[in-house]
Amino acid sequence: MMTTQLVAMAVFLPLAGFLINGLAGRKLKSELLIGAIGSGTIGLSFVIALILFTGMLGTPVADRTTIVTLFPWIEAGALSTSFAYQIDQLSILMMLIVTGVGFLIHIYSIGYMHGDPSFWRFFAYLNLFIFAMLNLILADNFLLMFLGWEGVGLCSYLLIGFWYDRRFEKGSTGDAAKKAFIVNRIGDVGFLIAMFLIFTTFGSLDFVSVFPQAAAFPVGHEVMTWITLALFLGATGKSAQIPLFVWLPDAMAGPTPVSALIHAATMVTAGVYMVARCSILFALAPTTMMIVAVIGAATALMAATVGLVQNDIKKVLAYSTVSQLGYMFLALGVGAFAAGLFHVMTHAFFKALLFLGAGSVIHAMHEEQDIQKMGGLKSALPVTGRTFLIGAIAIAGIPPLSGFFSKDEILWKTFSGGYWPLWIIGFVGAGLTAFYMFRLYALTFEGTKRWEGEKHPHESPLTMTIPLIVLAVLSVVGGLIGIPESLGGGNTIEHFLAPVFGPAELAMRLHATHGGIEYLLMISSVLMAAAGITLAWKWYRTASNQPVRFAERFAGLYRVLLNKWFVDEMYETAVIRPTVRGSEKLLWKGIDVHVIDWTVNRLGTFAQWVSRTVRVVQTGVTQNYAFVFVAGVLLIIGWILSA
Amino acid sequence: MEFLGIGILTWITFLPVVGIVLVLMIPKYQRDTMRWTSLGITAVQLFLSLILLSAFDKGMAGINSEAGMQFVEKASWIDVQSVAWFGRVHIEYFLGIDGISVTMVLLTALISLVAVISSWTIDKSVKGYFAMLLLLNTGMMGVFVSLDFFLFYLFWEIMLLPMYFLIGIWGGPRREYAAIKFFLYTLFGSVLMLLAMIALYFSTTALVGPDGLSITITEAAKSGLEGLEKVYTFNMLAMMDPASYEPGSLLAGAHTTWRYVAYVALFIGFAIKVPTFPFHTWLPDAHVEAPTPISVILAGVLLKMGAYGMLRISFPMFPDAMTEYAWMLALVGVISMIYGALVAMAQTDFKKLIAYSSISHMGVVILGMASMNTQGITGAVFQMFNHGTITAMLFLIVGVIYDRSHTRGLNEFGGLMTKMPKYAAVMTVAFFAALGLPGLSGFISEAFSLLGAFQTFRTLTIIAAVTIVLTAAYMLWVLQRVFLGTLPEKWNNLTDMDGREMVMLVPLAIIVIFLGIYPSPVLDLMNSSINHLAEILHHSATAGMVGAN
Repeated sequence: MMTTQLVAMAVFLPLAGFLINGLAGRKLKSELLIGAIGSGTIGLSFVIALILFTGMLGTPVADRTTIVTLFPWIEAGALSTSFAYQIDQLSILMMLIVTGVGFLIHIYSIGYMHGDPSFWRFFAYLNLFIFAMLNLILADNFLLMFLGWEGVGLCSYLLIGFWYDRRFEKGSTGDAAKKAFIVNRIGDVGFLIAMFLIFTTFGSLDFVSVFPQAAAFPVGHEVMTWITLALFLGATGKSAQIPLFVWLPDAMAGPTPVSALIHAATMVTAGVYMVARCSILFALAPTTMMIVAVIGAATALMAATVGLVQNDIKKVLAYSTVSQLGYMFLALGVGAFAAGLFHVMTHAFFKALLFLGAGSVIHAMHEEQDIQKMGGLKSALPVTGRTFLIGAIAIAGIPPLSGFFSKDEILWKTFSGGYWPLWIIGFVGAGLTAFYMFRLYALTFEGTKRWEGEKHPHESPLTMTIPLIVLAVLSVVGGLIGIPESLGGGNTIEHFLAPVFGPAELAMRLHATHGGIEYLLMISSVLMAAAGITLAWKWYRTASNQPVRFAERFAGLYRVLLNKWFVDEMYETAVIRPTVRGSEKLLWKGIDVHVIDWTVNRLGTFAQWVSRTVRVVQTGVTQNYAFVFVAGVLLIIGWILSA
Repeated sequence: MEFLGIGILTWITFLPVVGIVLVLMIPKYQRDTMRWTSLGITAVQLFLSLILLSAFDKGMAGINSEAGMQFVEKASWIDVQSVAWFGRVHIEYFLGIDGISVTMVLLTALISLVAVISSWTIDKSVKGYFAMLLLLNTGMMGVFVSLDFFLFYLFWEIMLLPMYFLIGIWGGPRREYAAIKFFLYTLFGSVLMLLAMIALYFSTTALVGPDGLSITITEAAKSGLEGLEKVYTFNMLAMMDPASYEPGSLLAGAHTTWRYVAYVALFIGFAIKVPTFPFHTWLPDAHVEAPTPISVILAGVLLKMGAYGMLRISFPMFPDAMTEYAWMLALVGVISMIYGALVAMAQTDFKKLIAYSSISHMGVVILGMASMNTQGITGAVFQMFNHGTITAMLFLIVGVIYDRSHTRGLNEFGGLMTKMPKYAAVMTVAFFAALGLPGLSGFISEAFSLLGAFQTFRTLTIIAAVTIVLTAAYMLWVLQRVFLGTLPEKWNNLTDMDGREMVMLVPLAIIVIFLGIYPSPVLDLMNSSINHLAEILHHSATAGMVGAN
C-alpha cells in the first residue's frame, strides 16, 4: 500500500540526510549543498505529512488509524516489537508540527550557521534529530517510542555541545550538554520502569494491545497509578518540569536554531505527547492526574517568576518555555488532552518565532545576549522586531492571536473541572507571562541603544527572515482551528482529536460545559495580560528607575528569582557533590583500596611468608607459584592415574 | 562437520596451536612474518566460526542433552582400569556447542582477530608474544566448546599462564604486581572450582560402552542399552542428569548442605573471573598494566568465562541451589552494577575507568541470569556478546590515544573533536553503546536483562536502574574531557586514526549498530537453548529436576 512507502520515506529521508551530511559533509564543502540536503529531506517529509493528512481528512473518522509495519525489531520469548508506525489524528498533528516547523528552522539555519567550520555537522545532527523525533511520535509501541525518546536526547546532547570549545556561564557548553543528558536519563529510568510494568501487566508493549486491555481496568487501579507515575517521571525529564527542569535553561548553550527547534518547539513537548498518547492509562489513575496538574501549574508559575528578572534574551525565553510546558501539563492533568495538544501546536509557532527572532538579534549584535546592552533595535531590525512583537502578543494571550485560544482553553477546562486553585495559579502566570515577554520586547527593540563600541546591527538575510514571517503568520492564525464553541467557533482541533482521547474522557466521565462564566474568565484573563503588558511597557520602554526600586524593596525575593530559586545549587550540594566525593573517597579509596586490596595484599604477603618459611620457593616470584601450581595439578592427576 | 577427518570444533580450537608452531619456526628478525602468520591463523579461525554459524541449527536446544548438542566430537582420551580404590578412570575428549556457546565461539574468534591487528605495535620479543597470544586463544576456545569438565578445567587453566606472562612481560610499569594479583585471585578461584569438580566426579556416574564412549544413564535407558559399565564421569551432561547421581554420594539429592557448599564454591570461582564485587580488584590493575590487545581480550572474552561457567555448569548442575540462592546472585549483580559505576566515576585514568565500567556492565549479566527466566537469561547472554564487542572498542579507543600521547590521564585532554573527527565518531558510537542508547546493541541486552530481572526481583531491579543514570554520567564526562573544551597546545600535532586502527574499530562499530537495529541474528541463535535452560530451572524449582529431552 502507498501509505507504507510514504511513511517509510517520511521517517527515513531525514536519516538519509544525516548519513550523507554526516559521512560526506566535510568533503562536500558547499554550504548551499549541505543546507539543501539537510532542509530538502525535511521539506519532503513535511510534504508527505501533508499528503497523509489530507488523505486522513478524506477518510471516515472510524478508519483514520493506520499502522504501518516496516520490519521486526526484537523478538524473544513473549516480547515482540517492530519498527512499526501508527498514523492517527494525534501523531499526524505532531508530525506536521515537527516537520513543518523543523523545515522552517532548517532553512533559517542556512543563514544563521553561515561560515561555521562545522556547518555540515550541524545539519547532520539536525536531521538525525528529526529522524529520532519522528520515531518518537509515530511509534506504535513503547520500545520504539523509547528509541526516539533517547534518540532526541542524544541529538539534544550533541547540539547543545555543538560549539564544544566555547564557555557557557560558569562552565562550558560541554557541561550544559552533559547536564541535559544526565537529567533526562533520570526521567528515562522512569520510562524504562514503566515499560517493565506495562509488559508485566499486559504482556505486550504495542499500543494497540496495551490500551484496549487497560481500558478494562477499574479507575484508580494501583498498577495504573505506578505505571503512570513512572511515565510521568519520564515526562518531567524530557519536558522540563519540576523537579527535572534544570537542564533546559542550560540547554541554551547550543546554537539558537537548536533552542528553537529542540528546546522549544518540538522535543520538549515530547513529554506532553507521551502523556496524551497514554491518555487512557492516565485517565485511570486519578492520583497521577492530580500530580500532573499540580506539577504543571507549579512549574508554570515558578518558571514565569524566574523569567521576570533574567537579562539573557535566550534565558528569558527558556524559562518561558518551561512555564508554557507547565500549562500543557496542567491541561493534561485536568483531562483536557486536546487543549494541551492545541497549546503544543500554537506554542511551537510562537516560541519558534521568538527564539528565531532572538537568534536574529544575537546574530546582528555579534553574539551579544544581554538585553541590558541592547535597546532600540526595531529600526535596525524591522522584520525581526515586528515578527517578535507578534510572537510576544501571541504568547501573552491577546485575542485573536493563537496563544489566546489555546491558553484560554486550558484555563477554562481547569476552572470548569473544579480545580479553581490551579486556575488561580494559571491566571496569575498569564499575567507574569505578558509582563516578562513585553519586558523582553521593550528592552530589546524599544527605547534607545545601550551598547558600547562599534556595532552596527543590520537585518538578517532572507533565509532567516522568511521563516520568521511564516511563523509570525502561523502565530496569528494558528489559533483559528481552536476557537471555542462559546465564541461561535467550531473548536475544530478538539473534534479532530476526539477519537484519540475518547476512551480517556469516557473513563474520566468528562462532559463539555459552557456557560456565562466562561466569558467572564476570558475577559479577566485578557485584562490580566493587558495589565502585564502595560506595566512592562511603562517600566521598560523608556529608562525608568521603577524596576530598580522594586528590586531593592524586595531584595530577598529578587535575589531568589535572579538565582532561579537556587535549585541548581541545591542539587549540587545534595546530590552531585556527595555522589562524586563519596565515589572517590569512600568507595574507591576506602573500600577498594583500603579494605579489599589491603586484604588481598596481606594474603599475598602471607603466601610469600609461607613460601619462604617452608623454603619451597625462596624468591616469592609468581613464576614459581605458577610452576608449583602446575606441578601440583600434574601430581594430582598422576596420583589418580598411578596409585 | 569435518575437514581432513578432523572435526570443525577441533580445528577452531587448535588452529592457534598450529600458529604457535609456525611462529616459533619463523626466524627472530622476521617480525612482520610472525604478525601476518598470527593474523592469517586468526582470520581462518574466524572464517571457520562463520562456517560453523551457517551450519548451526537454531532449533536444537542442547544444554543437558547430547542429542541437542551440535558438532559433537567425542573420543576416549584417558581410560585406565582399576585405579586404586575408585575403579576405572575415564576422561573424554568431548566437544560440542549449543546456543549459548556458539555466540561465545563467534565472539572469541572475532575479538582474537581484532586483538592480533591491535598487536601490530608490539615490538618487545614478538615471537614470544604471539606464541602466548595464540595459546591464550586456544584456551579460550577450549573452554567454550568443552563438554567434559576435566577438559573444561584444563583449558581454563591453560588460559591462566599466557595471560600471566602477557601482562607480566609486555605490561606497564606495575606489571608484576598486576600479574601476581591476577594470578593469585584466579588461582584461588580455580582451586575452589577444582574441589567442586572433584566432588561432582565422585558423585556422578555414566555408562561406558564397548566403544569407550560414555552415555548418561537416562539416555542409555531411553535407547534401551544394557550391560554397559558404570564409571565415575567428568561428562558435564551426566552431571546435569539427576539419574547420574550415585545414591549416598556427596552431592546426591537436592537442597543438601553439600550441594549448597559446592554451588557456592563454584560461584566464587566464577565470580572472581567475571569479576563481581567484592572479588574485582584484580581487574583494574590487570587492565591498566596490560598492553592494549590483552586488555581487549581480557574484557572482550575472558570476563565472559565466569558468566559462561555459571550458565554451563552452576545452573544446570545445581538448579536446586541456584533457585535457592538466586536472590544472592541478583544482589551481587546489582551491587556490582552500582558500585562499578560509582567507582568508575571517580577515575581519572582512562583505562581504569573503562575497567570499572566493565565490572558495572558485567553486573547486568549477573542480574539478568539471576532472573532465571527466558528474557533475563537472553539479555545476559546477549549482554555478554555486546559487552565483548563494545568494551573491546573502548579499550582499543584508549589504546589509540595512548599510542599517540603516552598518557591515559583524562584531565590532560580536551577539544579533540575536530582534531580527530574519525576518532570522535567511533568513540561516540562506542560510548553511547556502552551507556545503553536505544538503537545500539548494548541497550537491547541491558533492557532484556532488566526486564527479566524485574519479573523476579522488582525492588532490586528498580534500584539497579539507577545505574543507567550513573553510566551516562561517567561516560559523558569522559567524552567531555577528551573531545570538548579547548585543545591543549601540546596535542596540536595529534593525528587522526590510521587505516589499521580503522580496520579494527569500524567493523566493531558496524556490529554494534547493526545488532542494535536488528538483533535477531544473534538472539535467534540462543533462543532454543535458553528456553530449555529456563525450563530446567523452572521445573527444578517446582517439581524436581528434569531430565534430558
